[in-house]
Amino acid sequence: MKRPEPVQVVKQRRDAALQALVGGVPYIQYLGLRFDRRGDELTGILPFDEKLIGNPLLPALHGGVTAAFLEQTAIITLSWAYLWEDIESGALDFDPAGAAPLPRLPKTVDFSVDYLRSGLPRDAYARARVNRAGRRYASVHVEAWQDNRGKLFAQGTGHFVMPQRR
Amino acid sequence: MADQIELARKFIEAIPHSRDLGMELRAMGDGEATIAMPYDARLVGDPETGVISGGAVSALMDTCCGAAVMCHPKNGGGTATLDLRIDYMRAATPGQGLTTTATCYHVTRSVAFVRATAWDEDADNPVATATGAFTVEGVR
Repeated sequence: MKRPEPVQVVKQRRDAALQALVGGVPYIQYLGLRFDRRGDELTGILPFDEKLIGNPLLPALHGGVTAAFLEQTAIITLSWAYLWEDIESGALDFDPAGAAPLPRLPKTVDFSVDYLRSGLPRDAYARARVNRAGRRYASVHVEAWQDNRGKLFAQGTGHFVMPQRR
Repeated sequence: MADQIELARKFIEAIPHSRDLGMELRAMGDGEATIAMPYDARLVGDPETGVISGGAVSALMDTCCGAAVMCHPKNGGGTATLDLRIDYMRAATPGQGLTTTATCYHVTRSVAFVRATAWDEDADNPVATATGAFTVEGVR
């Protein structure tokens, strides 16, 4: 029987893949968006920053920032699900030196956001669920909250065109 | 009315996130607003092509729709987004800025309905369109 891989090897491979996926997108860096990984589950974390404010009187997060946070969480979660098997099998080897080309990301067709309450000036979290991932199209739902997981401040649904495998 | 537009203009121009993205209010009045946003390498969503992220387009659309609501004669003051849907028709051309025009086409006592279109330098082919519902505050 094959021995299970040492835990550090598994963690390092998954974290390197996630870092390559997220670190390569300038807009994710601009927003300050990070991803927390537990097994294959990702949580988007948007640390609060003054530049993300949309209403200085309240103050509240910009609606566009909320939309961007949801959409980026959807895109990364969808890519992650789509790449997972290749990451695990080693078929997709992320080169820490950044020499190997990164996989292409899905393209957004449409994205719809419900604003449920105003985004407070503090950290926000989001998790996405891939409801359908076909060869060409995918549908993803994503929820965002701040202090209480049960009290969403926004949710969104988007449709995406999947990248063609190269 | 002129005061309302001036107040709305000041408010839009003071939004930290919009300022950070370099948004410029080009026109505003009677429920219609036009805002431009320059190309910025920080906003790239696809590193391979240099195409601006949909999220940055969302921020531009949301700001412009809000501005259209704020300058509508039947809205008394501020507004907040209830929902916003964006359709992405094509990738914005790398290196080109975006311009959005939003129209607040119907206002009830509680809700304002808005639609918007965004273009790059090719004004015949929209990059994205948006439809949204916004809150309405009473006329002062």
